[in-house]
Amino acid sequence: MSTVYNLKKEAEKPPRLTGGHRLCAGCGAGIVVAGVLRALNPEDRAVVVNATSCLEVSTFMYPYTAYMDSYIHSAFENSAATCSGVEAAYNALKRRGKVDGTVKFITFAGDGGTYDIGFQSLSGAMERGHDMVYICYDNEAYMNTGIQRSSSTPRHTRTTTSPVGVVQPGKKQNKKDLTDILVAHNIPYVAQTAPVGKFRDLHTKSHKAIYTEGPCFLNVLAPCPRGWDYPMAKLAEITQLAVDTCVWPLFEVEEGVWRLSYEPKKKLPVVDFLRTQGRFRHMFQKGNDWMIEEAQAFVDRKWERLLVRTEA
Amino acid sequence: MSSRLSGNEAVAYAMKQINPDVFGAFPITPSTDIPEYFAGFAANGEVNTEFVTVESEHSSMSVCIAAQAAGARAISATSSCGLALMYELLYVAASCRLPITLACVNRALSGPININADHSDSMGARDSGWIQIYAENNQEAYDNFIQAMPIGETTSVRLPVMSCMDGFITSHAVENIELLETETVRKFIGEYNPEHYLLKKENPLAVGPYDVSPYYMEHKVQEAEAMKAAKARILEVAAAFEKISGRRYGLFEEYRMEDAELAIVLIGSTAGTAKAAVDRLREHGVKAGLVKIRVFRPFPGEELARALSRTRAVAVMDKSEGFSANGGPVFAETRSALYDLKERPYLINIVYGLGGRDVKVEDIEKVFARLADIATTGATGPLYVHMGHRSKEETV
Repeated sequence: MSTVYNLKKEAEKPPRLTGGHRLCAGCGAGIVVAGVLRALNPEDRAVVVNATSCLEVSTFMYPYTAYMDSYIHSAFENSAATCSGVEAAYNALKRRGKVDGTVKFITFAGDGGTYDIGFQSLSGAMERGHDMVYICYDNEAYMNTGIQRSSSTPRHTRTTTSPVGVVQPGKKQNKKDLTDILVAHNIPYVAQTAPVGKFRDLHTKSHKAIYTEGPCFLNVLAPCPRGWDYPMAKLAEITQLAVDTCVWPLFEVEEGVWRLSYEPKKKLPVVDFLRTQGRFRHMFQKGNDWMIEEAQAFVDRKWERLLVRTEA
Repeated sequence: MSSRLSGNEAVAYAMKQINPDVFGAFPITPSTDIPEYFAGFAANGEVNTEFVTVESEHSSMSVCIAAQAAGARAISATSSCGLALMYELLYVAASCRLPITLACVNRALSGPININADHSDSMGARDSGWIQIYAENNQEAYDNFIQAMPIGETTSVRLPVMSCMDGFITSHAVENIELLETETVRKFIGEYNPEHYLLKKENPLAVGPYDVSPYYMEHKVQEAEAMKAAKARILEVAAAFEKISGRRYGLFEEYRMEDAELAIVLIGSTAGTAKAAVDRLREHGVKAGLVKIRVFRPFPGEELARALSRTRAVAVMDKSEGFSANGGPVFAETRSALYDLKERPYLINIVYGLGGRDVKVEDIEKVFARLADIATTGATGPLYVHMGHRSKEETV
């Protein structure tokens, strides 16, 4: 990897996720996947594994695949096990002289496929120590089926299964802290990132995850214009706000050592982030200030804890 | 080479001789011995398989699917609820046309939880697109497992194979067995060299698409054609296997059926008991016979109809309850197969042996007695009964 990151140079690489896929304009997932795959060394091959998701149905609709690399989708909840199966085959065939060259194994799954239904499969694969990368593109709900709440959905968010009604103000529960749970697996590398700015953070962490031996996990924020209810041109702005409000802090944990990747010069109030999206609209109704206060308090609590953990 | 092995040990030994690329392993009674034995082989360097000890059967089948798609030969073993947890992926494996080999040690499904043999697990998976081959005893369990790969991997078929044996009765009982030399086995199954696979350098491959209605049906028809083609391949492989083993296999075994007027159709270890009953009745001049189905998928409908065409009364014995309120799955298939015969035998269904309920030679004799009665009177009586239970007055 070149020591100096240059977006222009990176963008000149032949894309490994090609255009023409069917993801929505303004969707974060495609940008995340393209960004992660750019971090592969051009001479290395990869097998991309995908959980059932928007990404899957949009990038591999028979008979067209958007991937230049080999790709496998099997089911919703088993992408980590699937990746470990490909990696096991690689080890076996390599040992028997039936494959050569470096092949990397990268799994993409949404938050539903990771935080919820694929959680067991992920935990198992991480514990077994396969040489693979698991990337959760977190858009904070089941978007493929039409915006249902997941355990990644933040408290008070409006989804179709956590609607805003007279007696229920959106989702009742807080977001699960999956990145923490992955850290607890004692794997070589865990990081949280987002496609912000010139994608340096996403690129660097992807490269590190791909080229660190053993199981590595990235949790990547990937806004969804349909589910979050924002105009598609606002994708980059909203992602940046998630980072600058510390709703989605950027950090990494390498061999158990926590490191903060980015500290906003001025930590913006959470309300700046909430205001940009229709899924939080009810929080701005009269008498609902407490929801915004709660959201701020939740973010602050987690941010403070992160600062303590990442203190050198 | 003669030996004395349990069914599980025999299958594990076949796996060792095959030395597959990947084994997705998860324990469940009564199949647990298989991954245990295999773990020992791996620990001692007798195989160099990637032995992936996953956290569930869902993941063991997922590992097998991915490994086989990647270009490897993948195997697993399971029973009962383990197979049920795999159901979703059994369909994925078959539709991706991945010739995985699975040792299914038949056990009753929960609930209530029960660890003993019946066929409810694999019968539940009968429409998943897997070839299903059932063993009567340890020898057949060993022989069937060795034949599975040449059947599943051939290009006209390319389907996964479930090699089944009865839990405990076959899996745990130790019997005399003839084993092949490892070299002979390896030569018989050959190298696995698929045309397309994920790790192929020259040509990347995408597996498992979102398949919309303009394509899905074509893919399902191809899968159906492959299952039809499997029948001929199973017989080819059986013929080749006979040459190396001297043991003969078909789609089903006909036991004293040449002139049989009364016949039983069943699957698995009960065939041994039924053969003893047939022998006893033959001594008394009763023209009794047995058809033991070996291959349930693809179902040998035409062949079975021919085999039963000269009988007068037939009892189909199901070791699983299908809850169709119209008889068990073997009965449904057999009855359908007989429909095109000009003259059909009388046909009844006996559901037996659920959750390991024992069946004795005398029980089988009772079934033949009923068949004799039906053949004489022409009155079938109740079409579908449960044998050997205490819960209500119902006799065979």
